Amino acid sequence: METYDIVVIGGGPAGLAAALSAKRKGVSRIIILERDRELGGILNQCIHNGFGLHTFQEELTGPEYAARFAAEVKREGIAFLLDTMVTDISPDKIVTAMNSREGLFHISAKAVILAMGCRERPRGALNIPGYRPAGIYSAGTAQRLVNIEGYMPGREVVILGSGDIGLIMARRMTLEGAKVKVVAELMPYSGGLKRNIVQCLEDYKIPLKLSHTVVDIQGKERVRGVTLAKVDQDRNPIPGTEETYSCDTLLLSCGLVPENELSRGIGVFMNPVTSGPVVNGRFQTSVAGVFACGNVLHVHDLVDFVSQEAAGAGESAAEYVLCGCSFKKEGADFQVKAQGGVRYTVPSSICSDGVRQQQTIRFRVGDVYKNHFIAVYLNGKRLIHKKRQIMAPGEMEELNFDMNWLSPYPDGGEIIVTLEEA
Amino acid sequence: MERKELICIGCPMGCMMSVELEQGKVTAVTGNTCKRGDAYARKEVTDPTRIVTSTVKLRGGQYPVVSVKTSKDIPKDMIEACMKALKETEAKAPVEIGDVIVENVAGTGADVVATKTVL
Repeated sequence: METYDIVVIGGGPAGLAAALSAKRKGVSRIIILERDRELGGILNQCIHNGFGLHTFQEELTGPEYAARFAAEVKREGIAFLLDTMVTDISPDKIVTAMNSREGLFHISAKAVILAMGCRERPRGALNIPGYRPAGIYSAGTAQRLVNIEGYMPGREVVILGSGDIGLIMARRMTLEGAKVKVVAELMPYSGGLKRNIVQCLEDYKIPLKLSHTVVDIQGKERVRGVTLAKVDQDRNPIPGTEETYSCDTLLLSCGLVPENELSRGIGVFMNPVTSGPVVNGRFQTSVAGVFACGNVLHVHDLVDFVSQEAAGAGESAAEYVLCGCSFKKEGADFQVKAQGGVRYTVPSSICSDGVRQQQTIRFRVGDVYKNHFIAVYLNGKRLIHKKRQIMAPGEMEELNFDMNWLSPYPDGGEIIVTLEEA
Repeated sequence: MERKELICIGCPMGCMMSVELEQGKVTAVTGNTCKRGDAYARKEVTDPTRIVTSTVKLRGGQYPVVSVKTSKDIPKDMIEACMKALKETEAKAPVEIGDVIVENVAGTGADVVATKTVL
């Protein structure tokens, strides 16, 4: 059995950035296992631009952003296996994987970085009534078909869900000659970026119907039409508001779920809000030496922040390996709790190590909040009180926590992140 | 006097802005909360431009298409003409990232370049 210092599960933006930062911290034996035929993950099908403004100070397309990281990985001589599926990771970090060249094989790792990304919420999870004809795709599947396989999934399209992938696909299908009739959104606000509402829908005069959902799908062999209805405050369809659109395709853009089958197999503690592993400030899960970053940890809006976060996880994994599979620990543990409109935080706990000066805490809010303060309390004392004009569930928030604040509390304690009215 | 309504794309506020024009020149922007909104509104009503991203057919490559973009933003009303030109284009593998696939697409002065290396 081969032995590596760090095995990175997934060669998307998180896996690439994590492997690079671990290598640069001085770990030599690193391998990335990727199930697709090339590195880059979902970026390869995100051919639109807008990536990299934070990382490279320029606007790149997804494939260009991926290519820069993949080139660095190759230049650093980091090993990677493509077309390789990981099926199991044991608590003592034996990774079981397979591909068509080597069959089933095992790799022993000192540290594992989970970077498997996320998956789209499928129709089965949405409780949409109606038949199950051909022509119903998740937006990301349609994106792959159009942008990589060169195949148009349909001509007349209705989209359910106004997340960014749905909006991007509304424009993409239109540019390729399809007629996108309507985008329906269950919530009273869109989950997508304003920029995408304007440039993907308004530019092409595609209507966006908020507080609407699909109540029926017509067609037995192939989709023939979709019926939408307005929903009330409890998101129940209002009788009499039904409208039917003839179409041959329904795209679903109804949220992303971290892909954590492997994580559960190892036995790491999971956060029920994010559906990702619980991690501490070093991105370490409840199993020592197992780290998580990117969309497998919590779903991000911007790849730039995935790269940043993953670099942190890579550094921690390197520190763990180089310290003989342990961490230097100077302070006590502090639990980080989300309250009052804050849905979750990453990390869930932090601990001072005498090295890091700052700790980034990322979180999402559960509703649209205007003119509210983000407040952070440490053992009852308010340390951060920052006004934000607007916060929305579709935009991840971030704050910097000064690690020196922890030093008066040798017994640890509790950090609360909450929202307060102006 | 002409009046145009638009939503700012600068941040999640999404300010509803109103622009007043006199013979094609902006005389007032209202509804914005910050300077970025003002700048966006002025550009958007007088000279709206977009970078176009798409794919073109690829012959003899590991994939049937290769992703491309315009090398700079082009006028919004030229998007259709640009897409038409791309539909009629077929590239030959191998293609390197940054290779020019169509020069001066639809007379816009922008080239269409590959955004991916495909062997």
